[in-house]
Amino acid sequence: MSKFRKKKKGMPAVNTASLPDIVFMLLFFFMVTTTMRETELKIDAPRLPSATEVKKLEHKSLVSTIYVGKAKETDKYGTTFNRIQLNDKIATADQVPDFIFNAREKVSEAEIPFMTTSIKADKESNVGTITDIRLKLRDVNALKISYSTQKGADN
Amino acid sequence: MARRENPEINAGSMADIAFLLLIFFLVTTTMNVDSGISKKLSEKPPIDYVPPIIKEKNIFEVNINRNNELLVEGERMEIKDIKEAAIKFIDNGGGEGKVEDGVATGPCTYCKGAKDPSSSDHPNKAVISVQSDRGTEYGTYIQVQNELLRAYTDLRNRLSLERYDMSYAELEAAYDEDKENESLKKKIEDIKTSYPQIISDAEPTSAN
Repeated sequence: MSKFRKKKKGMPAVNTASLPDIVFMLLFFFMVTTTMRETELKIDAPRLPSATEVKKLEHKSLVSTIYVGKAKETDKYGTTFNRIQLNDKIATADQVPDFIFNAREKVSEAEIPFMTTSIKADKESNVGTITDIRLKLRDVNALKISYSTQKGADN
Repeated sequence: MARRENPEINAGSMADIAFLLLIFFLVTTTMNVDSGISKKLSEKPPIDYVPPIIKEKNIFEVNINRNNELLVEGERMEIKDIKEAAIKFIDNGGGEGKVEDGVATGPCTYCKGAKDPSSSDHPNKAVISVQSDRGTEYGTYIQVQNELLRAYTDLRNRLSLERYDMSYAELEAAYDEDKENESLKKKIEDIKTSYPQIISDAEPTSAN
């Protein structure tokens, strides 16, 4: 009697029609949130000092960043915290003007006065190095600078 | 006999859930915003530039040596105390303000300091000079700068609360949201000129 034959009960198949949606969602999510680092760090990521009186850096395209810290290749550059990285190379303070000129070429003439140089220096760097950079920046009239800091606790 | 059918999971709302998640993450992720202490460097002085003579009493001298120790106005000090000392100095108001475009600003009417004739005359004359050694740690230097800025912020907030019933930070935040608001801009300018930030970086002393 076929009427009473037991029907095989399997697991119901999960509808996978929306799987593409989920995947696309993830894709968009990561596309939006990843900031690509244009420059590879040649120095150990600087441990930024913390401060409370900070201002946000606006207009990312007008910001050029100078890193100061300990070089990754310690056998070549030593272990001091005073190595300067411009673009993707370890450089000296003398190369700062060229770096600024290069950055200026990428923006329009009218925007040059609004350009900011962000200095990301390690806590243990010496003020002397920062001063050298600052003097070079003043020479080429790049007067707006920002000392990059963590937003620290009120101490 | 009722036949039991394989129940199928309704996947029609899956897309809704996905979008919900997407929007949730879009709203909640903050891309890391760079922030820092901003500073405007002074322009390179011409060769024949003669620096103006500033009276000793209008200069608040901060020295940081290479062991990260502070010397403020000739006395050793801890970093945590520098803010109070700076406020005391800026807010002293012991004399006449500077003359701007032929208009004298007169004595400081909003200062609450000791009016000590041997300390600063007026907030717009009070100069804070930070001298550090080449070997000073950058972290310490930033801490000192931060404390000095906090001194100014405190004074500005106080004055702003008195005059406009809102702190300077609130004024700025309000202006950020409404850039066209002229009266807000005027208020900010007013506070800024009342307590201008004059922090100068002296050439660091060399180790050798």
